[in-house]
Amino acid sequence: MKAFRSVTSRAVVLDRPDVDTDQVIPKQFLKRIERTGYGEFLFFDWMKDPQFELHGQEGRILIAGRNFGCGSSREHAAWALQDYGFDVIVAPSFGDIFRQNSLKIGLLPVAVPPDDVKALMQRARGGEELTVDLVERTAGGIPFELDDFSRECLLEGLDDVALTLQEEAAIAAYEAAAAPRASTLSLG
Amino acid sequence: MGRTLFDKVWESHVVRRRDGVPDLLYIDLHLVHEVTSPQAFESLRLSGRSVRRPDLTLATMDHNVSTGDDTPVDPLSEQQLGALARNCEEFGVPLYATGSGREGIVHVIGPELGLTQPGITIVCGDSHTSTHGAFGALAIGVGTSEVEHVLATQTLPQRKPKTLRISFVGEPAPGVTAKDYVLAAIGELGVEGGIGHVIEYAGPAIEALSMEGRLTICNMSIEAGARAGMIAPDDVTFAYVKDRPGAPQGDAWERALEWWKTLPTHPDAVFDRELEIDVSQIRPQVTWGTNPGMVVPIDGSVPDPASYGDPDARAAAERALAYMALEPGTPIREIEVGRVFIGSCTNARIEDLRAAAGVARGHRVHPSVRAMVVPGSAQVKLQAEAEGLDRVFVEAGFEWRRAGCSMCLGMNPDVLSPGERCASTSNRNFEGRQGAGGRTHLVSPEVAAATAIAGRFAEARELAELVA
Repeated sequence: MKAFRSVTSRAVVLDRPDVDTDQVIPKQFLKRIERTGYGEFLFFDWMKDPQFELHGQEGRILIAGRNFGCGSSREHAAWALQDYGFDVIVAPSFGDIFRQNSLKIGLLPVAVPPDDVKALMQRARGGEELTVDLVERTAGGIPFELDDFSRECLLEGLDDVALTLQEEAAIAAYEAAAAPRASTLSLG
Repeated sequence: MGRTLFDKVWESHVVRRRDGVPDLLYIDLHLVHEVTSPQAFESLRLSGRSVRRPDLTLATMDHNVSTGDDTPVDPLSEQQLGALARNCEEFGVPLYATGSGREGIVHVIGPELGLTQPGITIVCGDSHTSTHGAFGALAIGVGTSEVEHVLATQTLPQRKPKTLRISFVGEPAPGVTAKDYVLAAIGELGVEGGIGHVIEYAGPAIEALSMEGRLTICNMSIEAGARAGMIAPDDVTFAYVKDRPGAPQGDAWERALEWWKTLPTHPDAVFDRELEIDVSQIRPQVTWGTNPGMVVPIDGSVPDPASYGDPDARAAAERALAYMALEPGTPIREIEVGRVFIGSCTNARIEDLRAAAGVARGHRVHPSVRAMVVPGSAQVKLQAEAEGLDRVFVEAGFEWRRAGCSMCLGMNPDVLSPGERCASTSNRNFEGRQGAGGRTHLVSPEVAAATAIAGRFAEARELAELVA
């Protein structure tokens, strides 16, 4: 995955709560079997509206309302945001699966309290560049929480499948000790 | 102190635990479909990795398939379905393809085959994987990177979520269903209320439900933001699993049963949060907005955003009403629909179809409504036909279609046209979910069937007057 340390950039404001992944990338683009090229379809339906907030805004940081990325598990949503040019999403909270998907690809989800998000939105609207620093765990100077393991994986761009494959002995031991599972190969 | 159902399942699946690192959980069953898997298989191919346990993996085709004879899938869907078939062949993963007789919505076939069992861990690249928790399994929806991780390692690193118990007490009034319980719960909790939590649904009103009803409830856990939903296994659960193709047999069944009976939450166990809902106070629910938490009883009216204290919620409600083309104060029963969809992993099991057919029997679909019934699996379709439900629907003017995800998410030819309004038994009323510009109202199968006949939101009990 893409490694991330820090970014300093203008920020894009999308001040709406509960932005679901169906809006981030509508279903018709989920039929592709590639992992790239989703950026041009980001917020496809909303982009058709000339009044949509994203028009005229540029930056590598997206600041959004609570529960960003709720709904569908489609990782395409995280791919689309990253492909469009975002490195960081700041919001008061995230849909769990979206947050997990983002961490897996090097798109940093930053959760800070709602009042801090509003303050960052104000600063972004004023044209200020913000720095999101994963080493220090700060966004625009505001500290955010991210567990050490996720931080390490992001800083190093680690492939966590490779990490887990190093646990082969533990996995095999678990399998040997566990009760037998229903086999999908012998359903008759 | 006793442990929760969730704790017991989690702890029995920890492969490796280290400080500061997520637990590595063993995954007993990995369900795969065409939409979220191609990039995962491609990545395995590029890194020269194999599928560790094809025997714990099962694929089916559901999201993109056509449910009508008249409508072929588009070339991109064809390509994606073909990719799944080729990937399963190459990696040795069993596949129930369209036409196999065992295909269907991934969350319908797992239980139907007896693969979904108490106490196991299940993942699928689909947020509605929470459905399987109805059996007392820990079932988690994941993205494509995690699909790849499970294919390669049969494990998943996970941080332990918090626990929330929702106790359902009281006796429901006639016409109130599991769908109404869960919509009311989401209305109460909010669409972000469950973030970071696993919900256990408990209490006498849950124990009184069939497996179908329990599946409907767990299915929508994700709509409250929860990581998973679970219900303690009991005799209803055991009777459902017994003798299905994937169920343990003979001595193995007895041993499994013994273990399953130890799974329910201990009376002393403590949850991070608790909520109680009195189902006697619940009326049939109808969503009015663009997320499942925007819900009112059918006797209610479209709310006025001006009444909302929180400015974000107010702005969201205003946007939702503009999208839904609804005026504040409009009684729900006066809202007319043009489409009705009975189907999806929420409500397309045999009991759902029986309930809808029970309402439809002897009536006619309103002339201005197009209504479709889409069974959740090929097996559900066969069973419904054996019971004559298909004839009830067809005689009433409903379309009877082949199994698939259909209009729940419109990745196939079943979609709403812009501006069309639909009463749907599915799980999401997001903007454009059922087709760009489409307007979705979530309801139970009973309300969907009655609404198809009345042409506006209605309960079954109103239909007699309608005919008179």
